[in-house]
Amino acid sequence: MSTVAKRVVIDGKGVHYTPLNQQIRKAVKDGAEEIVISNVLGQRFIGDGLRGNATIHVYGVPGGDLAIFMSGPTIIVHGNAEHAPGNTMDAGKVVIHGNAGDAVAHSMRGGKVFVRGDIGYRGGIHMKQYEAQCPILVVGGSAQTFLGEYMAGGLLIVLGLNGPVRARDIGSGIHGGEIVIRGDVDAACLATGARKVPLADEDRRRIAPVIREFAGDFGLDPEPLVNAEYTRIIPASARPFVGKYTWE
Amino acid sequence: MTIGSLPPRYRISIDPVRCMECERCIENCSYGVFRRDGDRILVNSRNCTACHRCIACCPRDAISLEEHPCDYRSHPLWTREAREAIYNQARTGKIILAGMGNALDYPVIFDRLVLDACQVTNPSLDPLREPIELRTHIGKKPTRLDLRRREGGDVELQTPLTPNLQVETPIMVGHMSYGAISLNAQVAMARAVTKAGTFMGTGEGGLHSALYPYQDHMIVQVASGRFGVNIDYLERGAAIEIKVGQGAKPGIGGHLPGEKVCADISRTRMIPPGSDAISPAPHHDIYSIEDLAQLVRALKEATEWKKPVFVKIAAVHNAAAIAAGIARSPADAVVIDGFRGGTGAAPRVFRDHVGIPIEAAVASVDKKLREQGIRNEISVIASGGIRGSADVAKAIALGADAVYIGTAALVAMGCRVCGNCYRGLCPWGIATQRPDLVQRLNPDAASEQVANLIHAWTLELAELLGAAGINSIESLRGNRDRLRGYMLDESLMQVLDVRQVGA
Ligand code: SF4
Ligand code: SF4
Repeated sequence: MSTVAKRVVIDGKGVHYTPLNQQIRKAVKDGAEEIVISNVLGQRFIGDGLRGNATIHVYGVPGGDLAIFMSGPTIIVHGNAEHAPGNTMDAGKVVIHGNAGDAVAHSMRGGKVFVRGDIGYRGGIHMKQYEAQCPILVVGGSAQTFLGEYMAGGLLIVLGLNGPVRARDIGSGIHGGEIVIRGDVDAACLATGARKVPLADEDRRRIAPVIREFAGDFGLDPEPLVNAEYTRIIPASARPFVGKYTWE
Repeated sequence: MTIGSLPPRYRISIDPVRCMECERCIENCSYGVFRRDGDRILVNSRNCTACHRCIACCPRDAISLEEHPCDYRSHPLWTREAREAIYNQARTGKIILAGMGNALDYPVIFDRLVLDACQVTNPSLDPLREPIELRTHIGKKPTRLDLRRREGGDVELQTPLTPNLQVETPIMVGHMSYGAISLNAQVAMARAVTKAGTFMGTGEGGLHSALYPYQDHMIVQVASGRFGVNIDYLERGAAIEIKVGQGAKPGIGGHLPGEKVCADISRTRMIPPGSDAISPAPHHDIYSIEDLAQLVRALKEATEWKKPVFVKIAAVHNAAAIAAGIARSPADAVVIDGFRGGTGAAPRVFRDHVGIPIEAAVASVDKKLREQGIRNEISVIASGGIRGSADVAKAIALGADAVYIGTAALVAMGCRVCGNCYRGLCPWGIATQRPDLVQRLNPDAASEQVANLIHAWTLELAELLGAAGINSIESLRGNRDRLRGYMLDESLMQVLDVRQVGA
């Protein structure tokens, strides 16, 4: 590990995730602003429960649950990520320059997860928001089935930059938040409990800064994306289970 | 009229000779049974839930309550419950929700097991004279210890130990969330477990700041909804529990209706006020035993491997195999919640028909873990229907390290097991968020009562152990020799691994 001013470089080669996280925690504690981890190969839980506002560059492919329970830092992955990056994340940002696996941003309560490529199944499942915390997941490519299932809050945007969005059963059990998908979405792809509405001007104004930030992070031209056609998917009801039960 | 009104469940009557019209029943009844008319107290028995609040507060013993004053024609198959469920569903076409634990008349295995005592040949121990060790440690125990002798002759332990919870009595309080019960009820129980040197669960409702002073005795829960879960929450708890399932409703999620999500509950669960708090049936990051192990590791990694992590599962048919899988993960304890476990609300069909009794589940889990040589890898906590110290002793003899109590702790605070928790009108201030009802529960007095209960059971356990000639709770664990089955069939005795009385 070498330290130059507030920049710390960690060689992740062959290091188990626990000592790797210990090195990250120590660097954060010692005031590092930028941490670069090279040779990452499948280590899970990078940034697990980490606080502070350091920026961590990950080179290689991190394992599952990247940034789980994280509260503050920014993690930039220069490669693909495994499943559930941003799981139950509280605050901070995860930027993934490749693709990511299943359950991306699972139960995320705050912060942002930006994925340049595609994501797997169950993306944004059970994201939720609370007071000032509103989680944001933006996917550059496509998402698979069960996108935004049980979503209780937050904003989920899928841009479909690599071709059509393949997600089906979108928003089953959604009872809060919104899913915004570029282009039209066939009504047959929506699950029970989800409803599509046009993107109103005020919605576009609201999501524009997010799209610009995403475009900026990946060096894309923002304006065509900001002005594109979108489908907005919202809960048909905030109480999907009302009407299913009676009392004894 | 097709179905018409059903016979009332309860009849309340007031003896006018005894009544002094003090109106305490009117003030205390949150269901609106009583009203005053001139110099008489009138009743509407249809509103009654048999919560007994009026009976407890009447200074003149003027109130009497009768269950099923007008019953149906008796029939062994077409019980009142069966018929009324049909009327209900014929009218509504919906799933029936019900409160508290399993209400079907299954035989209670605990009541068919008897404990042993010493006579003549091996003298019993007198707890007054002999120390009886009730303290135990929940968590992984090493397979072997590596001890080295230092220069000076001291012996040094080389084996790294995993953090354990030290409990002074094998009785802990299980998970009942803020939302399901009131904050006063949680505070009362938190004080009681702190005093008793044991632990309680937060449930999946987060940890209210009023409980921070007792956090060293709180087990914080991570359920599929992840409500209230962030790094601060995880760090505050003495241990972390992943809730996979619950005995009252195995296989399905939970649902706190928006009406109950007031400002304070919203803050603790970290969800907007008035929104439904929906916990999906599975954790969507756990689709396999490997995924479960991954969440265990994620929680340990988040808290720098300082906290024990428990996994709670409902007692289902293959509980033993699941527990063996959990024991091979870094999890420190598995909680098995039997089919009699209580709940604020569960679909009746699940509450009454899904899952297996805790006695059989614990015995088979213990047996499987021993067969595989991994019993030391994990502690077993039994819960769901523990009513007294005898049940605690029997659960431990069947293989548990400790138990969780739930309903019993509520009963210690006044709960009458009326089963109407879901209505949010609990007149005892337990299963309610209505401020005027919550303030009826005095946390000081209630904590005293819960602490008394734990203390009394602990004393009884010491007596039971002494009588059996056993001087530590750990020597009772899995000690089937001190149990006998009475009127149990042979196949069940095989599962429980006990012999019959007289054998
Ligand atoms: S509490 Fe008893 S004495 Fe008082 S009004 Fe009610 S029934 Fe009468
Ligand atoms: S806690 Fe539930 S069962 Fe107990 S008295 Fe209150 S409403 Fe009735």
